[in-house]
Amino acid sequence: MSEPLLVVKDLAVHFETEDGLVQAVDGISYTVERGKTLGIVGESGSGKSVSSMTVMGLTRAGNARISGSITFDGKELLTASNSDMRSIRGGDVAMIFQDPLSSLHPFYKIGDQLIEAHRSHNDVSKAKARDRAVEMLTLVGLPDPRRRIDSYPHEFSGGMRQRVMIAMALINNPKLLIADEPTTALDVTVQAQILELIQKLQAELDTAVVMITHDLGVVAEVTEEIAVMYAGRIVEYGSSDTIFAAPEHPYTWGLLKSIPRLDTPRDEPLVPIYGRPPSLINKPSGCSFHPRCPYVREAHKKVDPGLEPTGGADATHKVACLLPAETRRSLWAALRAGETPDQVLQEVDIPANTLSPSAEGQTGEEVTGQ
Amino acid sequence: MAAYIVRRLLWTVLLLLVITAVTFLIFYVLPSGDPAKLRAGRSPTPETIAAIRNQLGLDKPLYQQYGEYVWNIVRHFDFGNSYTNNEPVRSLVFSRLPNTIYLVLGAAFIWFLSGVVIGTVSAVARGSLWDRILMGGALVAISAPVYFLGLVCLYLFSDDIGKFKLLPGSGAYQQAGNPLSKAHALIMPWLVLAAAFAAIYARLLRSNLLETLSEDYIRTARAKGLSERRVVLRHGLRSAITPIVTVLGLDIGILMGGAILTETVFNIDGVGRLSFDAIQRGDLATIQGTTVVLAAGVAIMSLVVDILYAFLDPRVRY
Repeated sequence: MSEPLLVVKDLAVHFETEDGLVQAVDGISYTVERGKTLGIVGESGSGKSVSSMTVMGLTRAGNARISGSITFDGKELLTASNSDMRSIRGGDVAMIFQDPLSSLHPFYKIGDQLIEAHRSHNDVSKAKARDRAVEMLTLVGLPDPRRRIDSYPHEFSGGMRQRVMIAMALINNPKLLIADEPTTALDVTVQAQILELIQKLQAELDTAVVMITHDLGVVAEVTEEIAVMYAGRIVEYGSSDTIFAAPEHPYTWGLLKSIPRLDTPRDEPLVPIYGRPPSLINKPSGCSFHPRCPYVREAHKKVDPGLEPTGGADATHKVACLLPAETRRSLWAALRAGETPDQVLQEVDIPANTLSPSAEGQTGEEVTGQ
Repeated sequence: MAAYIVRRLLWTVLLLLVITAVTFLIFYVLPSGDPAKLRAGRSPTPETIAAIRNQLGLDKPLYQQYGEYVWNIVRHFDFGNSYTNNEPVRSLVFSRLPNTIYLVLGAAFIWFLSGVVIGTVSAVARGSLWDRILMGGALVAISAPVYFLGLVCLYLFSDDIGKFKLLPGSGAYQQAGNPLSKAHALIMPWLVLAAAFAAIYARLLRSNLLETLSEDYIRTARAKGLSERRVVLRHGLRSAITPIVTVLGLDIGILMGGAILTETVFNIDGVGRLSFDAIQRGDLATIQGTTVVLAAGVAIMSLVVDILYAFLDPRVRY
């Protein structure tokens, strides 16, 4: 393949507020290849939405301080003019959002909203844009699009509205679709339909997708690579298979163990991640996950881990963890066998002072996806 | 929709009945002076007063007076005669209503337009110097009572007594003949009446628009790559202005009963002046008449607003 479609490098987005500097995104790097899908997973406040809003140029508020670089299709976006960003937004990069109920303007017919999206990037007649809108609505599986195009958003169900949002996002054939929690507000059955639709359209239209979610179950189906974000940083990165089969970060373990699964015994309790996401104004010292990590040692509170290759079978697999690689693997092996973190702690000896090579790395190491 | 309108009109009739009854009661409960005595002139004999009482129907029981009053309205659209000059209240009110309508609609146009423009500028430039100047100005305009603002304006700009003889002042409206010179005479009253309303509308619109601009669908509009102007005007303002239309309708309705202070300061012969004079003279029939106009104005305007809403907000159905 040629150059990657989207290269985000050392991106930091800080907001100055009255309470202090909010380090929403703190040096992240990732790459999205043309036509591929990257999943960004994390809790609320991990910076996953802010980073992609920044790709869209939607965080350019007065109090935002943005540094690093975002290269899209060979163009640097952070220094692009506002009008250049406007032509990219909704043109080459489109976005769909979490809540389809509130993401469409309640006072305009969906057809008019689609036509507006098309005409703001293409110099076409209203009739032509309308045909294009009908075409898109057909593509996303809206029943009877010729008639329904003149309906208002409130006349649709949540799932149908998300289909309309997808139609609107894809109406200008974007090269990249950013889907910010596209299924969170929907029923489980509808979630599956929407994910399937996104996958189908992605294959048909050869669109790259960045799928942002807090739900690992969602990305499992759709993405080729996954970046796990915590407190504004990427803490683990790898192919989807690796992330599910051989994760190496305690936070990823926590996310995986807290998903209910049909194939585990019914009486096996889910293991939540204890504690709350850290404040982005006063981040914990050392590894920012340390206050919530069951395997924490004193040294972890002083050293800030960088994102380093794990040296495993997956060459893209990187992790920001201070536990030595051997220890991480034995921990995961025990956890995978169904033990709780407390039981695991009894068995696996965690060295107090031996740290992984991440300790020497600087923060915000580049992640090179293939 | 038609059934809804009919139902609302029936409620309006009931509302008017209640309001006239309450006005009736208040008039007799409050010590506003005996209309017969007021009418009888200086040192009248008890017989004269009794005769007048009889003539005006004031010697009948209250419920009978009220019943006859309502019955006359229903049968002849007759609101009785003024206690002071015996003129039919209907023609008194209807001869003044156009003046009030002219005053109020002109002012409403000014305050709505300037309120929306100022509110939008303020919201878009939130926190800037412009925002602070405009909102500070709005606060001053809200705080200045019409009679004060009106007199100050007359003192400064009236073309007879003013320091800067710019605009026609008090009483000019009465002398103006054609609608154009009437409009010229109304410039100052319009501005004075509109000032406080414009300020309230500007503040209301500013906060509505700020709230709207943080909605998800505004983020969608931005993500579509629309220009900021289009995002604010077509997507933001469209939603933010809708609640203002409700307030506008009711304000116009209320002012149909007379912009008493403005009409008094500028000596405009409107419904407000009429009711002001009637209250001073204990002229119940006329007070009733102007009250009905006010109540009907509010009721009808709120109906108009509700019907308008069905067009403004597609989610509303009756």
